[in-house]
Amino acid sequence: MESVILQIAARHMRPLLVILSLVVLYRGHNEPGGGFIGGLMLGAAYILFAMGFGVQKTQKSIPVSPVILTGIGLLLALASGLIAVLMGHVFMTGEWTTLFSGTSFELKLGTPLLFDLGVYFTVAGMLMLVMFSIMEE
Amino acid sequence: MNIGLLLIALLILAFLAPFTRRYLGNAAGWIFAIIPFMGFVWFLGLLPEINQGEIFTDRYRWLPAYGIDFSFYIDGLSVLFSLLVLGIGTFILIYAGYYMKTYPMKGRFMGYLVLFMASMVGVVVAGNLITIFVFWELTSISSYLLIGYNHEKPEARGAALQALLITGFGGLALLGGFVLMGIPYGDYELSTLFSDPEAIRSSSLYLPALILVLIGAFTKSAQFPFHFWLPGAMAAPSPVSAYLHSATMVKAGVFLLARLNPVLGGTETWYYLLSIFGVTTMFVGAWLSITQTDLKRILAYTTVSALGTLVLLIGTGTEYAINAAIVFLLVHALYKGTLFMMAGNIEKKTGTRDITKLGGLFKYMPFAAIIMVLALVSMAGIPPMLGFIGKELIYEAKSNAPDAHWFILIAGFLTNVILVFLSLRLALDVFWGKEPAYEKKPVEPNLALILGPFFLVLVSFVLGLFPSTMANPLTSQAIMAISPGMAAIKLKIWHGFNLVLGLSALTVALGIVTFKYRYKVIAFAERVNLKYFKQEFSRIFFRLIDKFLIVTKEQTKTIQHGYHRYYLMTVFVVASVLVWIQIWNADPVVLELNFSEMPLNLVAVVVLIIAATISAVVSHSRVVALIAMGVIGFGITIIFIAYSGVDLAITMVLVETLMIILAMAVLYHLPKYVKYSDTGDRMRDTLVATLVGSFMMVLVLQAGSTVVEEPISEFFKQASYTEAFGRNIVNVILVDFRALDTLGEITVIAVAALGIYSMIKLTQKNKL
Amino acid sequence: MLFLLAILVGVLYGAAVYLLLRRNIFKLVLGLIFLGHATNLLLFVAGGLTSGFPAFLRNVPGETERMADPLPQALILTAIVIGLGVTAFALVLVYRFYSVTKTVDLDELSENE
Repeated sequence: MESVILQIAARHMRPLLVILSLVVLYRGHNEPGGGFIGGLMLGAAYILFAMGFGVQKTQKSIPVSPVILTGIGLLLALASGLIAVLMGHVFMTGEWTTLFSGTSFELKLGTPLLFDLGVYFTVAGMLMLVMFSIMEE
Repeated sequence: MNIGLLLIALLILAFLAPFTRRYLGNAAGWIFAIIPFMGFVWFLGLLPEINQGEIFTDRYRWLPAYGIDFSFYIDGLSVLFSLLVLGIGTFILIYAGYYMKTYPMKGRFMGYLVLFMASMVGVVVAGNLITIFVFWELTSISSYLLIGYNHEKPEARGAALQALLITGFGGLALLGGFVLMGIPYGDYELSTLFSDPEAIRSSSLYLPALILVLIGAFTKSAQFPFHFWLPGAMAAPSPVSAYLHSATMVKAGVFLLARLNPVLGGTETWYYLLSIFGVTTMFVGAWLSITQTDLKRILAYTTVSALGTLVLLIGTGTEYAINAAIVFLLVHALYKGTLFMMAGNIEKKTGTRDITKLGGLFKYMPFAAIIMVLALVSMAGIPPMLGFIGKELIYEAKSNAPDAHWFILIAGFLTNVILVFLSLRLALDVFWGKEPAYEKKPVEPNLALILGPFFLVLVSFVLGLFPSTMANPLTSQAIMAISPGMAAIKLKIWHGFNLVLGLSALTVALGIVTFKYRYKVIAFAERVNLKYFKQEFSRIFFRLIDKFLIVTKEQTKTIQHGYHRYYLMTVFVVASVLVWIQIWNADPVVLELNFSEMPLNLVAVVVLIIAATISAVVSHSRVVALIAMGVIGFGITIIFIAYSGVDLAITMVLVETLMIILAMAVLYHLPKYVKYSDTGDRMRDTLVATLVGSFMMVLVLQAGSTVVEEPISEFFKQASYTEAFGRNIVNVILVDFRALDTLGEITVIAVAALGIYSMIKLTQKNKL
Repeated sequence: MLFLLAILVGVLYGAAVYLLLRRNIFKLVLGLIFLGHATNLLLFVAGGLTSGFPAFLRNVPGETERMADPLPQALILTAIVIGLGVTAFALVLVYRFYSVTKTVDLDELSENE
């Protein structure tokens, strides 16, 4: 079941969807979006690709396997909580820092963002794991 | 060093034991004995202070919410018991290290023994009822593990289960009793109980608490009619019989009675219950031992008898009785430990412990024979062993019993005659007499096997020779602890010519006479048993258990029928009936139908979802079900958007899309729908569904029209930007305020994903 | 609108219960999905209906009083994603069930024990 249209669409859509998912992830703290939605988008991007090119080819094109991705996500989420412990606060206290403050590139970074990144990877990894398993059947 | 440290050291040793075999080999017993020996010395060091009347207490916080602490209370009684447990335990470990040489998993066996030792010390030093209970249960469990050690043998498993069920049942009763005892005080500390014993004695809870505690003590100390598990426990290897089932664990019940005597004792109920059960057990145990031929079973029944004697003495409660109880406790532990270890040695060297197949062993193992004979002399109550002093005191106590002392005295006299008879039999028929053909020539047991018996007999001998200087310091404070205000009687061998000495002489004489006609006596006992004790208790017990299992099996079959939909239906029907009753009793919901608040587009969406839902349920087509799924999912998305759930809507769109793809992929492999249910079933299910659906509807209406309190979200709204620097409050809640929940959630997702992955990968592997 | 949505929740619960009582294992999973939808909606409606004012802080005076309640939304968001995981698991289980037993009838499973 190889569809040329699907393949071309998937090839060009994937990078766009990945970037979009990252944007959604980052702006999630202030605008609609966040780790769950971003993760679902990231997963969907690769599932679309797998529909066009098959699971094996897709898995070869990603640097980490979905299982590892899920694990990384969980570890990131956990680490974001542990950072607070290292800084002498209660587990999972939000810690914030501002980069380039005063300039127009002011960037607020905090452990909740790291946590959201963990959610993002976990959700995406889980989606890929599930879908790839079923599609391989 | 303190007591907590000792217990922890023992527990660590118990956990390490299974792994040590490879490194320690046959030296294991000697090395393991070091810690108990240190504990023994430590307790010995406490004696001078204890004899000044000092009591050591220690307390650790455990469950402050329930007023329960982990506390210790060390007085004379604790020290006496601890010395027995640790002292005999030291020798038992040395003995077991060699005795179990050829058994598999010896390390584990030693671990169980040490675990038991720790629990037993825990029981006797515990400072409150709950702590006692915890250690008490631990002794039951370690006893189970030890009896069932040869788990390939069905009889060992059966005996272990029997012991566990009986002592476990007793433990449960005991817990009930302890809780009742704590009610008048609001506290479980022994010191509180001792300071005001009247509070429980005059309370209406006294009788139920007493009966429950007695059930606990009687099951543990094998009192009639619970006595039968103890002979069964002889399925365990000899070190276990010597340690748990004669010298220590079975004394836990006696210990408990002694410990609680100042609180629960002193009433008529206490006196009669303990005396009646004690006398019965004392005599029945001795009587049943006559016809036994297995060395260990004979000893087990005499242990039952001795436990009965102890319970009787504590129940009697006079100064003589309490003195006698403590001295006899010591006497019995010393000679019975020896006898069981020797029984193990004889079995090891000859291959049998059936006394009809033994004889003439003296010339093969003279040293061992002398030790065993001395222990038997102590059992028979003949000077110069400590056993003589113990028996004299018992006679004295019995003849001074407050009530029915003639009956008690005669029963006691007969029991002692039987003990003399058995002692003669075990000595003369085993070590002298006709010699059967042994498969291999028996030899003297080696050092590790004989060291314990030797020392225990030596102690018994020395204490018997110098009772007032050696034995009194050990016992005097224990007597005070059981019954405050009572003094220790100065122990001595020679009491002058009196009734008690006459009784002793008569006992020995009659014992010798019965031994002379032993075959006639045994035949007579067998005839009586056949007539009156036809049913063996343990067989009745197992039959009861079987009946119980059949009943539960039937009951399980009825309740656990295995049809998922009837389980669910039970839940649904019960839930809806309960909720409907509640709704009926609550204030009616005021419905305000305001059509201006119903935008037409949303009404259309709702109608569409309802239509899709119904078609998904009714349709026979799988494609319709899929399409309906999509309609419902996206319809709900629209409702989310309409009522300010932006993030929800985006998530829902993505999730729904993926879900439909997934469902399609799976459904592709499944067969077409087949009609499984008839119209009646469908009607019934529709009724259940309507019941549930309608109450959920009413619930929504009620929830929508009630505001109970200021919602917690106000805090989130206020703090979202000021404290967490985020304007999307939903997201801030997810990743900051309630991040721990989210962490749990993504863990669930990861686990689900792994489950799916493995389900599919496993299939692929199986196909290969 | 509360009334209409209450009916909708009721219908979804009713349908879910009916489907859960079926013998076909796929319908059972369908019932599970419906149950999830119904519960999400129940939470959403119980949290109060606010139209056109999502829970975003825009520094408008008095906005927090008018804003939709963010807490139920956060709960539902997690529930939706967990629902996806659970449903996917259930669906694959159904698939495995069929490939092992060659039937979708749950009663056969009980009877063949």
